[in-house]
Amino acid sequence: MQFKEWEDFVQGDWTKEINVRDFIQKNYTPYEGDSSFLAGATDKTKKLWDEVLELFKKERDAGGVLDISDDIASTITSHEAGYIDRALEDIVGLQTEAPLKRAIMPNGGIRIVEKSCEAYDRKVSPEIENIFHNYRKTHNDGVFDVYTPEIRAARSSHLITGLPDGYGRGRIIGDYRRVALYGVDALIEEKKEEFNNARSDWMSEDIVREREEISEQIRALNSLKIMAAKYDIDISKPANNAKEAIQWLYFGYLAAVKEQNGAAMSIGRTSSFLDIYIERDLKKGIITEAEAQEYMDHFVMKLRMIRFLRTPEYDQLFSGDPVWVTESIGGMGIDGRTLVTKNSFRMLHTLNTLGPSPEPNLTVLWSTRLPSGFKKFCSQMSIKTSSIQYENDDLMREYWGDDYGIACCVSAMRIGKQMQFFGARANLAKTLTYAINGGRDEMSGKQITPKFAPITSEYLDYDEVWDRFDQMMEYVAATYVDALNIIHYMHDKYAYEALEMALHDRNILRTMACGIAGLSIVADSFSAMKYAKVKVIRDETGLAVDYKIEGDFPKYGNDDDRVDDIAVKIEKTFMDKLRKQKTYRGSKPTMSILTITSNVVYGKATGSTPDGRRAGEPFGPGANPVHGRDTNGAVSVLNTIAKLKYKNSEDGISYTFAIVPAALGKDEDTRINNLVSILDGYFCQLSHHINVNVFDRALLEDAMEHPEKYPQLTIRVSGYAVNFIKLTREQQLDVINRTIHERI
Amino acid sequence: MENIVGKIHSFESLGTVDGPGIRFVIFMQGCPLKCKYCHNRDTWDTHSGTEYSVDEVLKKVLHSKPFIDNSNGGVTVSGGEPLLQVDFLIELFKVLKSHKIHTCIDTAGSLKISPKIEELLSYTDLVLLDIKHIDNEKCIDLTGAPNTNTLEFANYLKEQKKPVWIRQVLIPEITGNEEDLHKLKAFVDTLDNVEKIEIMPYHDMGKFKWEALGEKYPLENIPLPTDEDIRKAKEILEI
Repeated sequence: MQFKEWEDFVQGDWTKEINVRDFIQKNYTPYEGDSSFLAGATDKTKKLWDEVLELFKKERDAGGVLDISDDIASTITSHEAGYIDRALEDIVGLQTEAPLKRAIMPNGGIRIVEKSCEAYDRKVSPEIENIFHNYRKTHNDGVFDVYTPEIRAARSSHLITGLPDGYGRGRIIGDYRRVALYGVDALIEEKKEEFNNARSDWMSEDIVREREEISEQIRALNSLKIMAAKYDIDISKPANNAKEAIQWLYFGYLAAVKEQNGAAMSIGRTSSFLDIYIERDLKKGIITEAEAQEYMDHFVMKLRMIRFLRTPEYDQLFSGDPVWVTESIGGMGIDGRTLVTKNSFRMLHTLNTLGPSPEPNLTVLWSTRLPSGFKKFCSQMSIKTSSIQYENDDLMREYWGDDYGIACCVSAMRIGKQMQFFGARANLAKTLTYAINGGRDEMSGKQITPKFAPITSEYLDYDEVWDRFDQMMEYVAATYVDALNIIHYMHDKYAYEALEMALHDRNILRTMACGIAGLSIVADSFSAMKYAKVKVIRDETGLAVDYKIEGDFPKYGNDDDRVDDIAVKIEKTFMDKLRKQKTYRGSKPTMSILTITSNVVYGKATGSTPDGRRAGEPFGPGANPVHGRDTNGAVSVLNTIAKLKYKNSEDGISYTFAIVPAALGKDEDTRINNLVSILDGYFCQLSHHINVNVFDRALLEDAMEHPEKYPQLTIRVSGYAVNFIKLTREQQLDVINRTIHERI
Repeated sequence: MENIVGKIHSFESLGTVDGPGIRFVIFMQGCPLKCKYCHNRDTWDTHSGTEYSVDEVLKKVLHSKPFIDNSNGGVTVSGGEPLLQVDFLIELFKVLKSHKIHTCIDTAGSLKISPKIEELLSYTDLVLLDIKHIDNEKCIDLTGAPNTNTLEFANYLKEQKKPVWIRQVLIPEITGNEEDLHKLKAFVDTLDNVEKIEIMPYHDMGKFKWEALGEKYPLENIPLPTDEDIRKAKEILEI
C-alpha cells in the first residue's frame, strides 16, 4: 500500500498489512516532560462547550431524556447529519440528526425499546412495532426461546444477575484507528481477501457463519463511508492531517454506536496514535498547541454526548446513563520506551478545559516506570477531579502486549485482535446462602436450584459449609455458562456487531467473561465460621434467615492473611469451575471481580449473610471490603486487594478507593507525591485496578442537597465514573457511607 | 526479650501527616498526660489495648514497605505516649533499622530521660516533639503535668544532634496568644537540631471519643482557630 497521506511517516510492516501497532512503534514520540506545554481552552471551545452544557441542562430538566427518534430503527446510515453548532464544530457527527436525541435499536429486543419509550411518555412507531413483532426476530426473542427452567430460576432470584439477554452485550472495541490510518477502501479490500480465504474442504457451520459475518462487515464498512458522506466528508482514503485523523477515527466509533446499544462501548487506545498526526502537523507548522488541544476538546465533547435509550431500571442498576467510552492512556512499550505522548496529557487535560466528567472513562495504564512528569500530572488531576481510574500496565503487558485497551471498566483486550462475550456476574453471597439452605432462596423460600442437602446444625462448621459451598459453586458455574452460551449464540445471530468486528482481524481471541459479586462477604463469612461462632437463626420452615456471631474474627481488608487467604481461595475455586465449562465458539473463560454500582441492587436482593451483614445491606463494590470493616488504614486495604490473583481474574479486579484531601498530606505537593507513591506501592505488588476518589464527605452531602450546584461532580465507583447527581439517593448514601479514608 | 509485647491502640497504614512520606503509624496505648483537648482520649488507659509481639508488628510493617520505600516514608510510633513502652520500642526499632526503615517517635517528651530512653533514641531517626505548653503553669493546667521534662528532653535531643520537628497544637485562648508563641520561638531558637516547626490547628473531631467513654469534653467552649489565628502563629514562629 502507498498513500500520499503517509508522507513523512516511517514505513514498515504497517504499510504492507493492517498493523496499527507497528505504525505507532515506528512513528510515535515518547514524551518525558511535564504538563507545562499545555494550552487552555480556545474561545471557540468555550462557546461550543457552553452550548453543550445548556443541552445537558435541558436533558436533565426533561427527566433525563431530551428526545427519542422513535420512528427509525437505527443503523449506520439511518439518520441525516446532525450538528450542535456547525460553525463552531471542528469534529462533527451525532448519533441522530439532533444532539442528545436518542436512537432506538430494536435488534437487541423490541420489548426493552418499547418499555424505554413508555418510561419517557413516548411510543415506538406502529411500523417498527409491526416489523419487530411480526417479521424480524430479535436477540431477546432468541435467548428466551432456548433458556432452561434452571436458568430462568437463577436469573429471577438474582443468583445470576445482569445478563445481557435483553440489551446489547458491548465490551467489544473496534480498532477505530484503522479508519484514520488506512481509509475505508483499504479496509474493505482486506476484508474481501479474508472473505475469499474463508473456505475449507467442506462448508461447515463455522465457515458458513464466518462468510456471512465478513459479508456483513464489508456492508458495514460501505455504510460507514455513506455516513461520513452525509457530513460531506470522504473517508475512503487515509486521513491527511491531525484534524482528519481525529474525525476519521471518531466516524468509525460513531458508526459503532449507531449500530449497537452495547452495555459498554469503549473507544480503545487512541491518544498516542493521534499524537503522531498532531506531531507531524506541529512540525510542519500548520497547527499550534492551542489548536491541537482544541481538536482533542471537540473530540472529547462528542464522546461526552453519546447517548443510548435505556429503561429506568437499567439506569438504576448502573447509575445514570453509562456508555463506558473507555479510553486507555499511557503505559510502557515492550521495548522499554514509554507510550506516554504529549497527547496523553492533552486527553487528561480535557478535565481542565471542559471540566470533570464520567465520560470518556479515562483510564491510565500505570507502570512504575512511567515518566515522573506524567505520574504527577495524573495524580494532580485525580486529586482535582476524581475522574481517572488506574490499571496495572506492568501486569497486563505480560498478558496482552503493549497495544491493548480496556473495555468497559477493567477488561483488557488486544485492540483489533480480541473480543469478549460479556457475562455480567454470579452472586457468590447468594451462592453461599443457597449452600446453607439446600438451594432455597433465603428471602423467598423458593427452591431455586435442584434440592441439595441443607445445613441443619445450630452453629456453622467451616469445613461442612465449605464443602456445600463448593458443590453449589459447581452448579452455579455450569448454569451460568449455559446461559452465556445461549446469549452469545443469539447475539451473534440477531445483533451482530458488524462494524466493530470489521475493525478486527479475521482470527481473534474470544473470552467468555464471567464475573462474581460478594467476594468480601463470603470471605468474611468463612472467617467468622473459623475464628468466631456463627449461630444460625431459622424460620418455621427451617430456612436460615439470619445469623448471630459470637466473638470477633479477622475481616477482609485489613491485610490479615487469615481471612485474605480465604478470599484468594474462593477466587481460584470459582475460576477453576468456570475453566471446566464448555464455552460457545471456543471462547476462553475468564472472570472479573467487579460490580460497578450494582453492589447496592445486589445487596437489596440478598438476605442476611453469615458475616453479620443484614438482609438488604449493600455489598462492597467489586473487590472492596464490606463497608466499615477495614480499620487499619488504606494501605492495608490495598495490600489485601493485591493478594487476589490476576491469573484467576483475567477480566479484572476492581477496587474503589476514596480519601479526603487532608488525609493525603498537608499541602498540594505532598498530596500529589503521596498519591504517586500509593499507586507505585500498590501496583508494584501486581495488583490490577484502582479507582481514585479524592473528596470531602461534606462536599458530597452538599451535592445531595443542592444538585444544581454540582452539574459536573464526578466520582468513581468500581471501574466506572458516574455523575454524582445522577445517582439514586440510595446509591449516593452508599458512596458517602462507604469507607472514606479520613483519619488525619 | 523475645516475648516482649506492646500494648497497641490501633494502626494507620496510610499515615501522611506524622513525619515524612507515607508512614505506618502505630498508636501505642497509655498516656501519663491528661490534655484537655486530646483527640485520642481512648488511648490514655494503660491497661487496655491489644497486645502484639515485635514480630507481629514487623510483619505488618514489611507488608507496607513498597509504599514506605516509594515515598521515603517510614514508621512512626504515636499514641498515647509511646515512651511509656520503651522496652517494646527498643526491640521494634532495632529490627526496623535492620530492615533500613526510617523510624520516628511522636512524643510529648513528658518522661524523664532514662538510659532506656537514651537507647531507644539511638535507633530513632526523627523525633516529633509536641511541646504542650511553653509556659509551665499553663502546661500544668492544660495537661496535668509540668513542662520541665519536655524541655529537658528537647535539650538532650539537641546534645545528641537528633533531628527534631517541633509541634505546637494551636488552641485559641490557651496556646494561641502572642506572648506564649514568642516565648516558644525563643526556646526553639536555642535548639540547632530543629528541622521543622509544625502548627497543628486544634480541632474537636476527637470529642465523640470522650463522650463514648461517658466523660465531659473539657474544652466545650473553646473556638477553633481561624485562618487569621493560624497565619499569625506562623508569622511569629517564622514558618
